[in-house]
Amino acid sequence: MFLNKRGREGAEIPSSSMADIAFLLLVFFLVVTTIDVDTGIGMQLPPPPDDSEPPPIRERNLMNILVNSQGMVLINQEPAGIHEVKDLVMNFVDNANRSQDPNLSESPQQAIVSIKTDRQTPYEIFVSMLDEVIGAYRELRNQAAREQFGVDYATFRDRVARDEDIIRQTYPQNISLAEPDQGN
Amino acid sequence: MSKFKKKSSAKQEVPTSSLPDIIFMLLIFFMVVTVLREVTLQVRVELTDATNIEKIEQKRLVSYIWIGPEILGGGNFGSTKVQIDDAIVEDINAIRRLMYDKLIEEPRLIVSLRVDKDSEMGLVSDVKQELRHAGTLRINYSTLRTVN
Repeated sequence: MFLNKRGREGAEIPSSSMADIAFLLLVFFLVVTTIDVDTGIGMQLPPPPDDSEPPPIRERNLMNILVNSQGMVLINQEPAGIHEVKDLVMNFVDNANRSQDPNLSESPQQAIVSIKTDRQTPYEIFVSMLDEVIGAYRELRNQAAREQFGVDYATFRDRVARDEDIIRQTYPQNISLAEPDQGN
Repeated sequence: MSKFKKKSSAKQEVPTSSLPDIIFMLLIFFMVVTVLREVTLQVRVELTDATNIEKIEQKRLVSYIWIGPEILGGGNFGSTKVQIDDAIVEDINAIRRLMYDKLIEEPRLIVSLRVDKDSEMGLVSDVKQELRHAGTLRINYSTLRTVN
């Protein structure tokens, strides 16, 4: 009878520690792998240049931002600080709903913001410039979304299909990144 | 009476026999989800930061281009170079072909430009021109989130 009991005990492999082993492996993988989220400013490049003439653009619909290698900014030939750019862009793009200045854009759809740098301009300055412009557009879109739908633009965008996105159509991000100048 | 007793003793403990399976399932999920493709960087890339950024959700579509000063060892840095995958690309015009091949493999390709903050725009612009010719038009200027 004693013998019989012993035989029964040894009949199966103890699997109670299996979960622990698996847990250890799991913890190892959790610790080792870095699920770092890639963040950045997404853009769409224009297709390769061809010989056709670019469509004519009225002077008032174009906002020229020039950044030189020292990080100094010229907006339509007037000097400006990097952090003023956001407000200036918002006023320029949303001119039709704001001051209706005859020197600024006719409508947000026609407004084009052009950023041009020198070849020597550090990338950091270019990104902070681009960030300001994107920020201006984001704020305009957020305002419009809150007025019309009562939610932020990000929430609104998730609800509708891309081609039914009214706010994107009202405020298209027309940003032109011109080829840099040779500089001095 | 004896029947009753038997039943109650059978439900005494939570069955743990399926626990390892559940854990293994989680383990396999993590092993599959995480991308373990490490690239040895030959250029120094210190990313700049920005506030108005977006996340790249589909990491599998992303192909990276690193631009920064070449690491020479001993804490020295050479001139600014472009690195794609595991090699430094000396000839800027070769980017066109490299990226075109990648685009053929993955038509929804997103090119993530990881550029050192002190690099000059001239080179970045040259790379962008190459990308236009390659047809890889979706790009992403990789930045960190500004910490206030």
